[in-house]
Amino acid sequence: MNDSGLVNSLTGSAITICVLALLVTLMLGLVRALQGPSLEDRLAAVLLLGTGGVAFLLLLAVLWSAPALIDVALLLALLAAVVAAAMTRQEGRRD
Amino acid sequence: MNALLWTLLDLLLAAMLLGLGWAAVATRDLKRGVALFIAFGLLLALAWARLRAPDLALAEAAIGAGLAGALLLAALRDEPRHEKPAAAHSRAGLWTLNLLSVLLAVVVAWALLCALEMGEGLRLAGAVTDHIGQSGVSNPVTAVLLNFRAYDTLLELAVILSAVLGVLALGPARRGYGLPGPVLGGLIRWLVPLLIVTAGYLLWVGAHAPGGAFQAGATLAAAAVLLRLGGVDRAGLPAAAVSRWLLAAGLLVFLGVGLSLAGLGYGFLQYPAGLAGGLILVIESAATLSIAVALALAYVGGWSRSGSTQPDSTQGGSH
Amino acid sequence: MIDFIAIVLIVTGIGFFAVGSIGLLRLPDLHSRLHALTKADNLGLGLVTLGTALLAGSLATAIKLLLIWLLVLAASAASANLIARHALERGDER
Repeated sequence: MNDSGLVNSLTGSAITICVLALLVTLMLGLVRALQGPSLEDRLAAVLLLGTGGVAFLLLLAVLWSAPALIDVALLLALLAAVVAAAMTRQEGRRD
Repeated sequence: MNALLWTLLDLLLAAMLLGLGWAAVATRDLKRGVALFIAFGLLLALAWARLRAPDLALAEAAIGAGLAGALLLAALRDEPRHEKPAAAHSRAGLWTLNLLSVLLAVVVAWALLCALEMGEGLRLAGAVTDHIGQSGVSNPVTAVLLNFRAYDTLLELAVILSAVLGVLALGPARRGYGLPGPVLGGLIRWLVPLLIVTAGYLLWVGAHAPGGAFQAGATLAAAAVLLRLGGVDRAGLPAAAVSRWLLAAGLLVFLGVGLSLAGLGYGFLQYPAGLAGGLILVIESAATLSIAVALALAYVGGWSRSGSTQPDSTQGGSH
Repeated sequence: MIDFIAIVLIVTGIGFFAVGSIGLLRLPDLHSRLHALTKADNLGLGLVTLGTALLAGSLATAIKLLLIWLLVLAASAASANLIARHALERGDER
């Protein structure tokens, strides 16, 4: 992948700032993951990483003209759901 | 200004990764550690994307975050509910461990510095770009994995097979789950087909865009994990006899192609120019199935005792 | 012009993400946190998706992006429900 025209333009800089802001947001959410008294709080943080991660990847995909990152976003969304199901599965009769 | 932004971004990402990694390892509560480990895996996938390595990002999301997390959770489930307090370690032992860890860190740092200072020299990327026309695919990662360094991938498949044989030797499958509730059941009903289709897409697209056998196989295994969580004890795997063949299929096809080429005079795994693309696709398809079955079996824990796919209600856990 | 609209959409989307994270940090208990998280984040993602779809340049990519958003929407809804239910049932045991 080489740099496309978007990276150096004004739009590109704006998107880069957005990506940075998004990462700060994710970091704030991770604080909950580290603190959160219950297991479910940490699961909520995993959910945040899933949704936020998709946004992160989509922004990078459009910044670098890299459609492959859209596929990564798709896979991330799918796997985040699998992880949520795995972590919350209770024993036995009901979910 | 842009450079500053990117430096900030990289620093932030690195700090988050280090913090999460440390927290995941340093905690005493195992479930908390696993949750943090999964978050770490997801963040690492984002880091690979930032480093412009979509193939690695795909693999990390599927294997590092999803499947590794599921495997750890499955292992945790069989832990006794109340852990024994950790045995006291001797002070001398702890100090030795600390010293060895510091030494390891120093060695790794030195190796990293050497790599960064290497500068000129024969780089793989340049050589691959020069020869990619002859490889049969246009994705350089696939070209390296399945053509230029195919032998390595062959051995990797053998390693995976050995690992799963170890798991299979440890005993039968773990106990399954009961019937799912409406939300989980509904989620599984549309997520599993979507995962299967995505796996097929990743396998196909691997020839000219990021993707490939490992990512596709891991995605299929994730579908199997979901099925097992939904009460299908066999996790969608076919009967044991068929599963054994599928497990070996990747390695067998790879070896078969290699030896046939050797027999025909081309040399072991030296693809003839016109057939390279087709052969790679055949090998990758078999490898995908093998990897998927291997990871699914590792998650299930072994061969199922019963032969049916009904939820095994007699084994419903009591805690 | 399209670039400008796209940037506005994306920035607004990131703003919603920020609100969701602040909610995750500051709200008193798990259920209200989940509430803030899923609603704000998915709306934020929708806006970001719209913005990137505008910048994407091809209709096929734009449709793919929108489908990913729908997928995340459905998955988040199910996941949030599972997490909240898990918390409720574990709370009963304590």
